[in-house]
Amino acid sequence: MLPALRTHRFLIARRSKQTLTLLLLIGGASWGWTIVRGNLSAAKVLDAVPLTDPFALLQMLAAGSLASAEAWIGAIVVVLLYGVVAGRAFCSWVCPLNMVTDAAGWIRRRFSISGGLAIPRSTRYLVLGLSLVLSAMLGVAAFEWISPIAMLHRGIVYGMGLGWLAVAAVFLFDLAAVKNGFCGHLCPLGGFYALVSRWRILRVMHDSKRCTQCMKCTAICPEPQVLPMLGKWDGAVMSGECTNCGRCIEVCPDRAMRFGLRTRGTGGKAEKEATS
Amino acid sequence: MRNAECGMRNESRHSRPGLKHAGAGCSGNSGVLERREFLIAAAQGAGLATIGGIVWAGYVNGAKAAPLVLRPPAALPEPEFLAACIKCGQCVAACPFGALRLSAPGDPVPVGTPYFTARENPCRMCRDIPCVPVCPTAALDLSLVSETDESGRLEFHVNKARMGLAVIDRDTCIAYWGIQCDACYRTCPLIDKAITVEYMRNDRTGKHTIAAPKVHSDHCTGCGMCERACVTKKASIFVLPRAIAMGESDVRYLRGWDAGDEKRLHDAPAETTTKTPRSKRDPLDYLNEEVR
Repeated sequence: MLPALRTHRFLIARRSKQTLTLLLLIGGASWGWTIVRGNLSAAKVLDAVPLTDPFALLQMLAAGSLASAEAWIGAIVVVLLYGVVAGRAFCSWVCPLNMVTDAAGWIRRRFSISGGLAIPRSTRYLVLGLSLVLSAMLGVAAFEWISPIAMLHRGIVYGMGLGWLAVAAVFLFDLAAVKNGFCGHLCPLGGFYALVSRWRILRVMHDSKRCTQCMKCTAICPEPQVLPMLGKWDGAVMSGECTNCGRCIEVCPDRAMRFGLRTRGTGGKAEKEATS
Repeated sequence: MRNAECGMRNESRHSRPGLKHAGAGCSGNSGVLERREFLIAAAQGAGLATIGGIVWAGYVNGAKAAPLVLRPPAALPEPEFLAACIKCGQCVAACPFGALRLSAPGDPVPVGTPYFTARENPCRMCRDIPCVPVCPTAALDLSLVSETDESGRLEFHVNKARMGLAVIDRDTCIAYWGIQCDACYRTCPLIDKAITVEYMRNDRTGKHTIAAPKVHSDHCTGCGMCERACVTKKASIFVLPRAIAMGESDVRYLRGWDAGDEKRLHDAPAETTTKTPRSKRDPLDYLNEEVR
């Protein structure tokens, strides 16, 4: 394999996946394709399998709407897909806003822009809680009304309007204010998937014997706090905040990272042993 | 390893710069510092949540108060519709006439919700109502426009849709001037039911007839075909949401000389108690207040 291809293989796969998703949705809305219709809030695959944004459904419940059986089935499908299997892969493999924030992150690295505001990464859980409280108070799914993610994917499929402003705001926020600011600190949807992804099967695994602690992985990782084990202990990434983007795997010159299936308890036990 | 864990935890919490070296005190007075740090963080979080919540709630509350929106057929009443719509646009994709649009930021319609603009592209009232069954959250409620017949088959009745109500401005409608125009009447999918023509004497000329269109709210679906067809510069017949266009008479007001209308009384409660607080003052006092 070409070296450049090797160090970007997951990135290329992710960008292809993200673009393909949007293309299929545009086709469903505008060209009569039936592969998938709707958008990332709710869609139907092959006119049969419903997919629902489980966080949007949660907000709707808080707002006092029971939705429908179809919406519930769709949400369960999505929660099982990410929560049991793929982890927070929505953020890095599906969400189109990820391309925007990754672009901001790339420019930050390329031109060594650093600094900015210091806000805790746990702010996203605060926003998540606030979304539900406001949904209950206002009787509408509160985050869906301001979500730049929804404005982007909805806009790409059905018409952008002034939605570019929200997307530009996120880009500038990530570029100038906080590194990985939106996706890694504020987004309640990412927070939601982080919470349900704790018990996922697919994980990034670390081999501490190969690791030379060059820290290329933490430099590129959008959620570097999930990699406390580098060169210290073997095992899986435990935190649900890992988006399974695979950047750490492809940039690692020592091949100390890989995708693996979580074997029960490995990471946790190793972590406990290593820290005690 | 203990120190490493300590530092790691501090890092993960992104402690404020002033407390960055708290990691050094990890073994000793960490309890106090951690508690202090926790309390500060909690206060900051509460403050941020309050400010953010107020701005956020203010925006959403203002944005959802857009009353002049025409929704697809079988939409729930507006408040319930806004709670149930997941903004996926599947109804928009299903509309074969491109009449439905998904509101984009900047449109005067709650963001991401489906609507149509009658003057530009009205609802054609498709008999199979393709926009409704695709709704994944029942914000468009099929039961409002369908019935199950004896054999258990679902039958669609788009005429039961109530998207709005056509309203006529009689001062600008040229038919009411006496000009022969029946554009709205002719285009109405429920001709002679939702719009009828009433013949009236033209009192202005004293010689002619006015053939005036009249809308009937028990049949009008609010599809907006009439609004698009209207020939005046700005439509003189236009669709408004029913909640805005319609009044509501109390059940006890009966249309005289109409035996059928009396039936409405059967549904009325037998007795209504109205409690009006009595004034404690003597009528002689307050009735003569101005005189004295």
